[in-house]
Amino acid sequence: MALRKVIGTETEYGIAVRTDPEFNPALGSAMVVNSYPGPRVRVQWSYEEESPGRDARGFGHEGYGVSDPEGTLVNAVLANGARLYVDHAHPEYSAPESYDPLEAALYDKAGERVMQRAAASATERLGGERLALYKNNSDRKGNSYGAHENYLLARSTPFGDVIRYAMTFLVTRQLFTGSGKVGSENGRPAVDFQLTQRADFFEEEVGLETTLKRPIINTRDEPHGDSTKYRRLHVIFGDANLSEVQIFLKLGSTALILAALEDGALPDPLDLADPVTAAWTVSHDLTFRQPLELDGGGTATALDLQWRYLEWLKKYVEKELDEPVWYQVLTEWENVLDDMEADPSRLSDRLDWAAKRRLFERYVDRDGLPWTDSKLAALDLQYHDVDPGRGLYHRLASRGGLRRLFTDEQIEAAETNPPERTRAYFRGRCVTQFPDSLVAANWDSLVFDLGEPQLRRVPMLEPLRGGRDLVGPILDEVDDAADLIKRLGD
Amino acid sequence: MTDQERSRSRSREKSDEDVEELEITEEESEADLEGLDDLLDEIDSVLEENAEEFVKNYVQKGGQ
Repeated sequence: MALRKVIGTETEYGIAVRTDPEFNPALGSAMVVNSYPGPRVRVQWSYEEESPGRDARGFGHEGYGVSDPEGTLVNAVLANGARLYVDHAHPEYSAPESYDPLEAALYDKAGERVMQRAAASATERLGGERLALYKNNSDRKGNSYGAHENYLLARSTPFGDVIRYAMTFLVTRQLFTGSGKVGSENGRPAVDFQLTQRADFFEEEVGLETTLKRPIINTRDEPHGDSTKYRRLHVIFGDANLSEVQIFLKLGSTALILAALEDGALPDPLDLADPVTAAWTVSHDLTFRQPLELDGGGTATALDLQWRYLEWLKKYVEKELDEPVWYQVLTEWENVLDDMEADPSRLSDRLDWAAKRRLFERYVDRDGLPWTDSKLAALDLQYHDVDPGRGLYHRLASRGGLRRLFTDEQIEAAETNPPERTRAYFRGRCVTQFPDSLVAANWDSLVFDLGEPQLRRVPMLEPLRGGRDLVGPILDEVDDAADLIKRLGD
Repeated sequence: MTDQERSRSRSREKSDEDVEELEITEEESEADLEGLDDLLDEIDSVLEENAEEFVKNYVQKGGQ
């Protein structure tokens, strides 16, 4: 049986102060983290256990330092177990480790709420000059910032197999993972509108980079857990989504492919002749009919290939899995493929690109605008504004134009309550209960200052240990961090 | 992939029901459009002023 696909997302948000184009984004991002009004603990993010320069293919990489020293300055751990910090020149929310794709989607949405509250609070500190945050991935001027997904894999899964099976899947899943974008950039051919924010920026098939010559398969080998047992697949080829259904489908379908791969339940991989070119083709093709060349001859459309994956995974789920969440993934997936084939405009109630396209096409028709008009670019950007009064996603969702999976109350609860079945539970509870003792954190450890000469480190090398079942009763009983450390040592 | 494989890979063949559904969608499209135009009006009231400047000033360097 495949290892449970523990999932976590990381999102860098775009940042701007409307009245001040010269505003320093790194300082602004620090202000966002520091302004967040919810429960949080400022910590040293301990880097000694992290090794972003380690390569899953088995070789190290010159030129990657241990850490970005600036990145260690502004770091907070939230009561839901998430990390809120400054990465490069963006505020980033890394969601807590979640037990299934529905929970992971909920905690991704909780991150938007964190950013929305932090931005509102930063705006107050700026004397009302609005600091805006955007959950998107491009400034449409050739600069991109990431939305990454992480999936727990068994160390025994050969990485070569992961590359082969994930490559074609990731390229073709763009049909339902794109957040849509007006125009193209980074030297790609001109288009009016395309499915994704990110495809234009990907230039390699496999590699370690995340900021230059981005690869479809990122090989960073940093499991954030026991490295003899685990890998973490770090997916950098995807968009930040606002639609709840879309986030769920993206994470759920990808987790299923990886689980089936680990269980040896997939037929031969469907290799593309040129995955990078195919990735651009899929993102730019609004007919959904463009053939992609297959390695070894023949062609198939992205939709054909997605149908194949769905068929494989239906069989796999029926045979191996009984949790309803996986059937929910299959249902959403099949409905999306069906609608894409019959009438793609039907997808505007659940996919960001389709919602945008419907809106923008109406502007083009009604107002006679060319697709290059800056009004369309402005609408595109504003779709992603996290402010519920301004963001077009929010205006659409509040009118019932986009289907939801969660209530506002559920998202609000997820902002301060951690997932209960992963180690994020322990991390989040410690933020709430021992904010003054917690001094450093990492995905796989917490460090406490008990007022003794030595700091105390609690290792958390097992992503599935540290949930409510295991540590809830202890946390309910202890009075302080010293008591906790003593109980954990018993 | 051959055409035969392609049609096999489909989960369902299109039925009469699907066709009927499409017709209904077309009949409703006038009302849909009115709703959409209401939304456009609502959006116009919250859209950032001076779209050109707003878009020009949005520059994000240093991302992953």
